[in-house]
Parts: sequence; C-alpha cells; structure tokens
Amino acid sequence: MSIIALAPDYESKVEPRDPLKNFHGNMLVYVHWEEHLSFCSAIAFPLPPVMPFGALVSEVIAPHYAAHPDASKIDWSKAEWMIDGEKKTPDFDASLEANGMHHKSLVRFWTPGLSGVAFS
Amino acid sequence: MAQVASITLMQNDDARPIIDAIMADNPGVRVLNMPGAVKLDCDGKITVNRASVEERLGRPWDPQEIQLVLVSMAGNLDEDDDHFTLSWRH
Amino acid sequence: MSGTKKLALRQRYEYLTRGLDWETTYQPMDKVFPYDSFEGIKIKDWSAWEDPFRLTMDSYWKFQAEKERKLYAVLDSFAQNNGQTTISDGRYANVLKLFLTGISPEEYQAHRGFAFTGRHLRGAGARVAAQMQSLDELRHLQTQVHTISHYNKYFDGIAEWPLMHDRVWYLSVPKSFFDDARSAGPFEFMIAIGFAFEYLLTNLLFVPFMSGAAYNGDMSTVTFGFSAQSDESRHMTLGIEIIKFLLEQHPDNLPIVQKWVDKWFWRGHRLLGIVAMMMDYMLPKKVMSWKEAWDIYFVEAGGALFQDLGRYGLKMPKYADIATAEAEHISHQNWAVFYQYTHAAAFHTWMPDNEHLDWLSEKYPNTFDKYYRPRWEMWAKMEKEGKRFYNPALPQLCQTCQIPMAYTEPGDPTTICFRSTQYKGDTYHFCSDGCKDIFCDEPEKFVQAWLPVHQIFQGNCGGATVPDVLKWYHMNVGADNMDYVGSPDEKLWNEWHAEKLRQAG
Repeated sequence: MSIIALAPDYESKVEPRDPLKNFHGNMLVYVHWEEHLSFCSAIAFPLPPVMPFGALVSEVIAPHYAAHPDASKIDWSKAEWMIDGEKKTPDFDASLEANGMHHKSLVRFWTPGLSGVAFS
Repeated sequence: MAQVASITLMQNDDARPIIDAIMADNPGVRVLNMPGAVKLDCDGKITVNRASVEERLGRPWDPQEIQLVLVSMAGNLDEDDDHFTLSWRH
Repeated sequence: MSGTKKLALRQRYEYLTRGLDWETTYQPMDKVFPYDSFEGIKIKDWSAWEDPFRLTMDSYWKFQAEKERKLYAVLDSFAQNNGQTTISDGRYANVLKLFLTGISPEEYQAHRGFAFTGRHLRGAGARVAAQMQSLDELRHLQTQVHTISHYNKYFDGIAEWPLMHDRVWYLSVPKSFFDDARSAGPFEFMIAIGFAFEYLLTNLLFVPFMSGAAYNGDMSTVTFGFSAQSDESRHMTLGIEIIKFLLEQHPDNLPIVQKWVDKWFWRGHRLLGIVAMMMDYMLPKKVMSWKEAWDIYFVEAGGALFQDLGRYGLKMPKYADIATAEAEHISHQNWAVFYQYTHAAAFHTWMPDNEHLDWLSEKYPNTFDKYYRPRWEMWAKMEKEGKRFYNPALPQLCQTCQIPMAYTEPGDPTTICFRSTQYKGDTYHFCSDGCKDIFCDEPEKFVQAWLPVHQIFQGNCGGATVPDVLKWYHMNVGADNMDYVGSPDEKLWNEWHAEKLRQAG
C-alpha cells in the first residue's frame, strides 16, 4: 500500500536516506551471535563488499564479541551460519559479495555447545 | 468483563471533600491508594455530585473546579452545573 | 430575563464557542481549511461534535492560572529547602535526565501539532479544544524545564537537553515518533496523539511514574506531573471524542481509523518501553511494576474503552496481545540496552542490588529468574572482576521505531525477533511484525527515517569514532555518561549524606 499524501506527486520527491551510495564505498552488514543475549541486538558495520568472509570473522566479528566469557571458546570451524534468512556454509576465502551478501545483509551465527549463561 | 469507570485525584486537602463525596455517593467504590494520588473505581459509572461536595466543603463549588485536582479518568464524561460523571452506559 | 443571573454551563459554552464561529464568504471554506480532506475522512456535520468539558476560554485561563500558582509555590519551596538533598537516592536524578531529554521536547512537539490541528479542523468545538491543548502542552514543557533546571545546578547530563534531543541516538526514538505524527494530516495526528497516546497510554507515564516521583521524595516533579495530568483529563476527553465523532460521521471512516489506531498503539507501546525501564529499574523506591501498571491502565482501562468502541465496529488494536505479553519483558530488555551502551548515554546506569533483584523476581515470576536474573548476575560478577560488560559495536536499529533490535520473538524470549522487507531494491529491518506492518503501509515515509547508527556511518555525526560522536552530542564524557558508581553525581550525593550524618552527630 502506498502513502496518502497532500501533494499528488509526493512519491516522486522521496529520497531514501540509506542507499548504498551514501556509505563511501562500504555496505552495511549486521551480525548477530545467537543464544548470547548479553549482546542486546545485532551489531552494525560499514564494510567493503570485497572483504573476504574470513576477515569479517577474524577482524570484525571476533573482536567485537571478545568481552563475552564464551568468546575465547568459539571454534569458528563449527559455527553455523544464516545469511538473510538462509542457512549457509560461507566460503571464508571468498568476498562478502561472492558469498551472496549485499547492502544491509543480516548474518546470524550459532556456536554449538556455547549458549552463554541461560542464553545470555 | 465489567467496564470500570474511574477517577484519579491528587491526595491533598483540596481533593479530600471530593474524595469523601465520591465515597459516600457511589456504593461499591474501590480505592487504590498510591503515593500522591488515589484512584477510585466503580463498575459502569462513577459520579461526583456538586451538592455532596458543597456539604463537605462548606462553600459553593463548581464541578469544573475538579480540574485543579484531577489526575486521570476512564469512561465517557458527562458534566454540567450539578455533577461530573464518568460512565460506560449510553 | 434577569441581567445578573449566571448562564448555565451548557449555554455559556454554546455562546462562547460555537456562537463565535462563522462560515467564510470572501474565500470558500475548502480553501480556508485545505488539510481536512486528503486523508479520506468524511465529515457530514461538524455541529454534531460533542464537548463534554464545555470549558470556555475565560474559565480555562482561571483554572490554568490557579494550577500554575500552586505548582510554582511548590517549586519555590523545594528549591528553598534544598529538596534535591532529600530525594531517595542520587540514582533517582537519572529519571529526570531521561524525562527532560526524551519526554519534555515531545510536549513541545505536541504543542506544535495541536496548534496545527487547532487551526485546520473545520469544527469550532474541536478547534477550541485543540487550541487549549496546544497551550497546555507548551505549559507542560515550560514547567518541566523550570522544575528540572533546579536539578541541573547539581547533577550532570541535563544542561544540553534540546541539542541532545536532536542528535543523541536513543532520543531519535521519541523524536521520530512525534515527527511521524506531525507530518501526518490533522485527523491522523488527532488519532495518534489525541487518542492513542493521550487516552490509551499517557496514564502509564503520568500516574504510576509520577506517584513514584512522590514516593522518592521529589515533590517538585510529582507536582508538575500531576499538574500536567490535570490537563491530560481534558486531553483524554478530546481524544475519545475525536474517535467517536469520526466513527459516527461516516462508515467509510472506520477502516482508516482502525489502521491509525493499530499503528499508533504499536508505536506508543514501543515508545513507552522507556517508561517501563524508568519504573522497574531507575526509581530507587518503587510504587508498582511496569507489568502491574500495564494491567491496570491498558488491559483493564483499555479493555473497557474498546468494549465501548466496539459498537462502532472498532476492534482492539492489532498486536495488543503481543504488547501485553511483552509487558513481562520490555523493561528488562531496555535496561540491558542502556547498561551495555552506558558509554554513549547521557544518564547513569547500574546493576540492581540484591534487594532490587528480589523485587523484580517477585513482580515478574514468569520471566525474571528464568531469562534476566542470570544475565544481571553474570554482569555484576564481571563488574566485580574489573571486566564491566560493554558492547563495543553500534546496534542494528529498527527502521520504524528506531530502537536497537533488542526485542525477542513472541513466545520465545531467548531469540531476537528479526523481520525484514524489500522496497525498491533495498532491504529494511524491523524489530517486530507491528513495526514491519507500519513500514509496509507507508514505505515512502519510513525510507526517509534518520537512523542514528546509519547517520554515524555516513559521516554526518561529527566523525567516525565514538569520542567524535559523543563530542557532537555535547556529552561531557566521564560525567554525563557511564555507571552511577564512580560518577561525579555519586560523589556529590555521598558528600551531602556525609554532611547530614555529621550534622546529626
């Protein structure tokens, strides 16, 4: 359904606030560590689309979750991934783009055997 | 579910005659005391009568003066020179 | 006819309101009132508008002046008696910081919004009521600024409230709520603010929360709160009249009104999550839990209201059941957000002590021990070990409510709720079905949302690092933000108390 507006040509004047071109060559990526609600929500990063998935894990994801007592126990080879709602086995050597990610993709991951203190 | 008609008033000297009048005139009224405020609930209808307040206050009282101590209410309002009533009846 | 006999209330009101209105002749009425038709609302007869309060302008000024006199007498005496030193605990001041930065500016937005509707509705009765409400809302802002300015002499995080309201990440939540309402047409604004916010939801803010201010020794805040709320009863009446009027005027209005009720109930529920957190976590002495307040003011009072409006075909707001289920969670989930982002918030946070934890366990028997207490205890332990838990990244925000996407799946409090949609080739994310539905109904509006996290990444908020952004927020780092323990506020509070003990011998 579309908006009911005073100006008949309102729709043509709309400028979305967050298109890819506004992020200086980066794209937005959201990441969430499941079963660890200490991190209150998914976290957001502007990242180059050519970044290898492995670098996303080692340079972005790992350091930002390091404060959690479970973090040092993560075996990344066993992590389970979901990208934009689909279970995936990402290629760590390929880029984010080549792994099917795009602007505002959501990456959720599970670390089997690790589920915090009562999912916290 | 019973529809509760309700008035919440400040807990102060200005409100006390109104609270007393409501307690006297609305059988079955339920009282929830909170710090600084009191919530008065009745099933269906709750009313403040001018005459009842005046009797307690010892001076003429205009039902619109209730606005000085009114905190909240629930129900459809009917107000005139003699009463201030909230109800869910039509 | 006697020249001295006072007119009856109804007549007086009729003369002084309706009697002063006229049909324009130099310009057609449609040009004089250009905004009251595009929303699709059909009005056949404005004269059918009911005005239960029947307040005329002269009485309005008389009563408002009396309210102001009483309020300012209390504020003076509070200041003269150093009331700030007798509040329950220094932590209490943090609710005032959140109130002044997050809520008071919305009083101003409401003032502007009602001034607009008070100009643009065609019926004289509705116009007068909206104009009075506009003046009330301005009064509320002024009294809140006056009241809290006293605290600003002693406590941090208060001084930059208007600028912070425009810039700080969590304050975009209330700001965007009112921006949304004010950029709608006059009828949607009336349903959004007059009905959904004022009638359904503000009791939750101004009654139990203000009673909490009284309980915590803040006589100044409870006085402005109840003084504001005494106007609110008139506002609630306007809110209920507008909805009844629209539904009585034309059957075609029902689906439009229902859609607005659904939207603004959900938006209001999300917004009030911050009050939930203030009540359950930030008031040192507690009056009632958020869940108890929700049951009284939404389940019971809202239930009676919608039972009444059912005769027009209006239904309970969509997702009301989800909101009621969330009342068991929302204060805890919000406090978790601010605890981990305390470095970027202009008020202090803390982990509840044991007595407070036990209170939460008692008030939330279904959820607190199972889902939240273990997390609080883990964080308290980490704090003791010198590893106080912070979230070093920026959160994903909901495109509609702009709150970090911290809410869990209905029925599964261990999993974050993720919803998304595509619009013109881009992805948009939401915290809930309620927020997603609102977007999908008006994507043109919500794709323009100013999401603080995305704005930071686009380089529009002072720089790329957290210190750059905090500087742009005018945050006095080390004083305004971080934990209460170790803050200048705490130091000052402890000095006051040491002084009291010394004087008491």
